[in-house]
Amino acid sequence: MIVPCPNCGPRNAADLHYGGESHTRPDPNSATEAEWRDYLYLHDNPAGWLRETWYCSTGCRKFFATERHTVTNTFRNNPLPGNKSAGGQP
Amino acid sequence: MGRFNRSSKPPKYSAASLVWKGARSKDWPRVWKEHELKSSYDVVIIGGGVHGLACAYYLATNHGITNVAVLDKAYLGSGGSGRNTAIVRSNYLTPEGVAFYDRSLSLYKTMSADLNLNVMFSERGHMTLAHTDGALRTMNWRAEVNKLQGIDSSVIDPAEVKKQAPSLDVSGDSRYPILGALYHPPGGTIRHDAVVWGYARGADHRGVEMHQKTEVLDILVEGGSGREGKGHGGKVTGVRTNRGNVSAPIVVNCTAGWASLISDMAGVKLPIYTRPLQAAVTEPVKVFLPTVVVSGSLHVYVSQTDRGELVFGASVDPFNTYDTRGTLDFTEELAGHVLELMPGISKMRLLRQWAGLCDMTPDYSPVMGFTPVEGFLCDVGWGTYGFKAGPVSGEQMAECVATQSTPKLISAFGLERFETGELVGEKGAAAVGH
Repeated sequence: MIVPCPNCGPRNAADLHYGGESHTRPDPNSATEAEWRDYLYLHDNPAGWLRETWYCSTGCRKFFATERHTVTNTFRNNPLPGNKSAGGQP
Repeated sequence: MGRFNRSSKPPKYSAASLVWKGARSKDWPRVWKEHELKSSYDVVIIGGGVHGLACAYYLATNHGITNVAVLDKAYLGSGGSGRNTAIVRSNYLTPEGVAFYDRSLSLYKTMSADLNLNVMFSERGHMTLAHTDGALRTMNWRAEVNKLQGIDSSVIDPAEVKKQAPSLDVSGDSRYPILGALYHPPGGTIRHDAVVWGYARGADHRGVEMHQKTEVLDILVEGGSGREGKGHGGKVTGVRTNRGNVSAPIVVNCTAGWASLISDMAGVKLPIYTRPLQAAVTEPVKVFLPTVVVSGSLHVYVSQTDRGELVFGASVDPFNTYDTRGTLDFTEELAGHVLELMPGISKMRLLRQWAGLCDMTPDYSPVMGFTPVEGFLCDVGWGTYGFKAGPVSGEQMAECVATQSTPKLISAFGLERFETGELVGEKGAAAVGH
């Protein structure tokens, strides 16, 4: 599988580290136990488009978010090189 | 344990009947019947693998509940049940895990007689290699937990490893030298398809209906707090399939890699992510590997089949996907690691490779029993260790359904543990990639 890194371009998935589904961390001051459970353990795990985090561990060593179809392993809304605004923080 | 009387078993296959039928060129009857889908059942089980079929079988034999339908979107045993590497063992790390898997192993031991079908259980011993001091410490820990519960399990030194499996390189010159191993004589391999067929045949004999090519499109729930009355506080009324609606007060989810998609239909979110586990098999050669060999550091496990092929398994792929294609990355890494263990097989050729979907949980233990939706039960989260747990899961889930209470053996594996924080950490004994 080829992963589009926003800085390094297309790279083999083995060159990157997978960060899993992207979710927003709840506020530690107000989060309930159920909200922590949802954030820490529960997954959407769709058979379709998934917003997820990758870490370019052997290249630019930056985290980036992208969308991948979990059945076909194709990417969309790719944060291509020179277009960093499409990526953003996970 | 309700061991049923002899006459209630499906008929035995024998060499004499094979010769007799062969000589008269009579057709063999279908092993299980095909049925029209009825409009209602007492229990609907989604997923026709080892877990779903075992649950149906024990519902019928132990509890007399036979108005049961097992639905599978493909054919019986088409998922993980036919794609695993057929290894069974009970040398786990937590007391909960050990007790559970040991029960499974004892059901496997008597399975051929119980089901009147030879499942080819080969109790050949199971060896988990340690390549680091840390690994050796975990092996000692596991051995002590195992011994305390009466499981035959001990740590052996490299010389003893060499005696058990002479093809292994124990010289200490390799990158990952073999420092010792956890040896578990009751472990071994079983013909996985025979287990599926045996349970299907036994369930069919007792009146359970199996429906292949019957895909569940939606689960009908009313009274819940989520969308369309699903989710927390709801009650299951049935399922919608590609062959029509079926009403049922109890629906059991035994769908492994697809577990999240099915439970989403009932409005239940699971702590599960789906990853493929790849395996490969070589051309057949003379028997030279008498035991099952596992290496955690090298992410590989090897056993030799009765036909002489070496079966290799590995750790799950590094990202979530529902795709079951094999990859070259896997083959390369596997070959390198296997040759590190057994340099002598460098000329062997791979015959084929495949992948199965695994439903991984954060603590490497399953999710079993009741959910916040009344009548919707789960037997999922089986990750890379579902096959060896098939019989006991079926037995316990059947008890769960029949008595409407959680049996003690699976009480640690409830979905609520992710809220209370009482996780059952089995990564050290269940995963090869860590």
